[in-house]
Amino acid sequence: MLFYYAKTGEGMNNEIAVKLTGITKRFGTVTANSGVTMDVRRGEVLALLGENGSGKTTLMNMLSGIYFPDEGEIEINGKKASIRSPKDAFELGIGMIHQHFKLVDVFTAAENVVLGLPGGMLLNLREAKEKIRSICEKYGFETDPDKKVYSMSVSEKQTLEIIKVLYRGADILILDEPTAVLTPQETERLFSVIRNMRADGKSIIIITHKLHEVMEISDRVAILRRGEYITTLETKDADEKTLAEAMVGEKLALNIDRPQPKGVVKRLSVKDLSCVSADGVPTLSSVSFDAFGGEILGIAGISGCGQKELLESIAGLQKTEPGSSIIYSPDGGEDEELVGKSPREIRALGVALSFVPEDRLGMGLVGSMGMTDNMMLKSYGEGSPVFLHKKEPQDLAESVREDLGVVTPSLATPVRRLSGGNVQKVLVGREIAEAPSVLMTAYAVRGLDINTSYAIYDLLNEQKKKGVAVIYVGEDIDVLLELCDRILVLCGGRVSGIVDARSATKEEIGLYMTKVGGPNA
Amino acid sequence: MNSLISWIHSSIIYGTVIMFGALGEIMTEKSGHLNLGVPGLMYLGGFAGFASAFVYERSTDNPNTLLLILIPLLCAFLAAMLGGLLYSFLTVTLRANQNVTGLALTSLGVGIGTFGSARLLSVTGSQSYSVASATSAVYTANINSVANLGAFGQIFLSYGFLTYAAVLLAVLLHLFLMHTRRGLNLRAVGENPGTADAAGINVTLYKYIATCFGGGICGIGGFYYIIEYSSGKWSSQNSLEAVGWLAVALVIFSTWKPKNAIWASYLFALLFWMATNLPTLTGIRIASSVTELLKMTPYIVTILVLIIASTRKKIENRGPASLGLSYFREER
Repeated sequence: MLFYYAKTGEGMNNEIAVKLTGITKRFGTVTANSGVTMDVRRGEVLALLGENGSGKTTLMNMLSGIYFPDEGEIEINGKKASIRSPKDAFELGIGMIHQHFKLVDVFTAAENVVLGLPGGMLLNLREAKEKIRSICEKYGFETDPDKKVYSMSVSEKQTLEIIKVLYRGADILILDEPTAVLTPQETERLFSVIRNMRADGKSIIIITHKLHEVMEISDRVAILRRGEYITTLETKDADEKTLAEAMVGEKLALNIDRPQPKGVVKRLSVKDLSCVSADGVPTLSSVSFDAFGGEILGIAGISGCGQKELLESIAGLQKTEPGSSIIYSPDGGEDEELVGKSPREIRALGVALSFVPEDRLGMGLVGSMGMTDNMMLKSYGEGSPVFLHKKEPQDLAESVREDLGVVTPSLATPVRRLSGGNVQKVLVGREIAEAPSVLMTAYAVRGLDINTSYAIYDLLNEQKKKGVAVIYVGEDIDVLLELCDRILVLCGGRVSGIVDARSATKEEIGLYMTKVGGPNA
Repeated sequence: MNSLISWIHSSIIYGTVIMFGALGEIMTEKSGHLNLGVPGLMYLGGFAGFASAFVYERSTDNPNTLLLILIPLLCAFLAAMLGGLLYSFLTVTLRANQNVTGLALTSLGVGIGTFGSARLLSVTGSQSYSVASATSAVYTANINSVANLGAFGQIFLSYGFLTYAAVLLAVLLHLFLMHTRRGLNLRAVGENPGTADAAGINVTLYKYIATCFGGGICGIGGFYYIIEYSSGKWSSQNSLEAVGWLAVALVIFSTWKPKNAIWASYLFALLFWMATNLPTLTGIRIASSVTELLKMTPYIVTILVLIIASTRKKIENRGPASLGLSYFREER
């Protein structure tokens, strides 16, 4: 370690660097933050902990000038501040390192650092490089100012982002899930840099949902839940269990109907499934589980922990690593290995996938086409090779519309013009109509109101009663606990645990989500 | 020998027209906007420059040399800049499709030029063209002793000052883009507007300025075509549009680098005039239909360059990463 740094509370002033009072931010009808009041001290590492959608990033975006709060006040170093743009934030000494790096690929590190800075007309990169080197020395980074960003590793890019912020003289740094993309070694290096920065009197806010990292690096933890500020704890007084409880909160009773599974048979057996992303980062590591007909298997996890890759692997849309195996056992048929089959072959075997992405129309539906045409997207291979037969898809669209109560002026109305709930019903309805024996849905109730959500749960339960193996990827733990029979929790691309949904507690799931192995680890 | 010199001579003049258009378009594309309105902007600039010179020459018996230079140059620049402003309002502020807007701008510019030329012809009563001879004389004036310098003088010194200004402009544009702070900011806007925005750069302002200034440069190219290439004649049938498209192709050929645009535009012009000059030079007679085919050479070379550039995969030789994409600030 280059520098001696003070342990929490010793030799450190308790001056308040950032004070938020009653911060509220709404996006349309959705309230992302409501009445958040909290503070950050100088020379401390504050972890901002919360589930997906708890409003952590939105709150920090208001500090960095991306959003402007609808209500509330921000004080920086004791002075009231109005942060209307990233530029305002820089001037106040606030720098945020986003999850998606804001770097220009064809520029060198030094060019990225000086981008947008005031100064003389001519670029003086030599001076900038000198300053970058001295920052690196001071905090213990390693970087080459002449390296182009496109040839950098993820960790190098992150380092560059931090240097960029420090170069601008920031003394309040916000890091949005900085370790999500790092290897354990790189994480260690990052943490040592963070400790050096803290020793230098800087305030560091880390947005995270990894409990062990909170325990390792932070001085205090602020917890957000559903957009509201819950509490701030001294890290030394907290443990992972209390943090997980505070993060997920009390269980809500939803009274979702859950019939007992009947005639349970093994449908799908996944063994040692591994995937690697295009950047070479493992997205799934040796995932093994079974899915049974007649039950709903829930899949929980922080977003981006491999849910999408898992479903896509089963549907044949992902390239899997050698050694992966997905055995499908149809009724009265022979076992089939799905790995290596095309999406179409898998679909023909009766494995259906309905994925509702964040923008709803991104996957599965064509926004500018009507319901009928969208139904045809899955049956284009059938019928006459030249002319379209609209009769069958039209009947199908009509029955989906009636059975699920889709509100649309006509079957030809572009689905883009339907409300979110109706779009999702079309998507799920089409998959169900194929009478699959494995039905996978991801985020089926994303953005839906309560009543429509219940309609979707009913649809899934109906499929379960028919003996279909339903795999339900969800974001809301309360729903998973009441709808599913078993819950598989993913954490960083690994199976953290598989629990019985009837007996599991919310805290248990929370711990599994944030730490492989959960409470037993 | 003489036919070789005349080939080079006409190619340098023709190449300069292309160079102006390409430099204007490079400036525009560096901000992430693909303006296919270059031919229209050249028409606007050419027409405004010529018409203002024509009107000024007729308004006075003793035209002032400085005014003869400044009035048409400014009018050409401003008219095309207004075209660029219209384009940026549509594509930056209203986020209209850039390709469609650019093509519409080409139609608009060509249309205005054609409409205006009818008016000009009705003033002079001529059937085919009108002429601004005094302006042309000022613009094409060159060093007096050219005749004494032989081939060297004819190849390098026998042009008006705008020919040299184009090369200077290319060098300045290169220095601006690569060695100034604002140049760096502009490149960032074209590469990754989200990053530029987060760095506190006014993305919209940069896009507007680059597009308007780039448009103005295209306009000077159009004016240069009329005044030097056509010797000050505005004819009802000129082929400015073809040069405009050559300029758009040249941007790709020069891999978005102004310094490459210098030699590349002369090369394009040489290739373009190969069809008419090569037969005279070599004594081989070719059919007129083949001549037209040979005029395609610059475009074929562009396609070849695109293929080579894409197989080499060198990121520095690609266009701005956000070229053609509208920028929306991240909002939920």
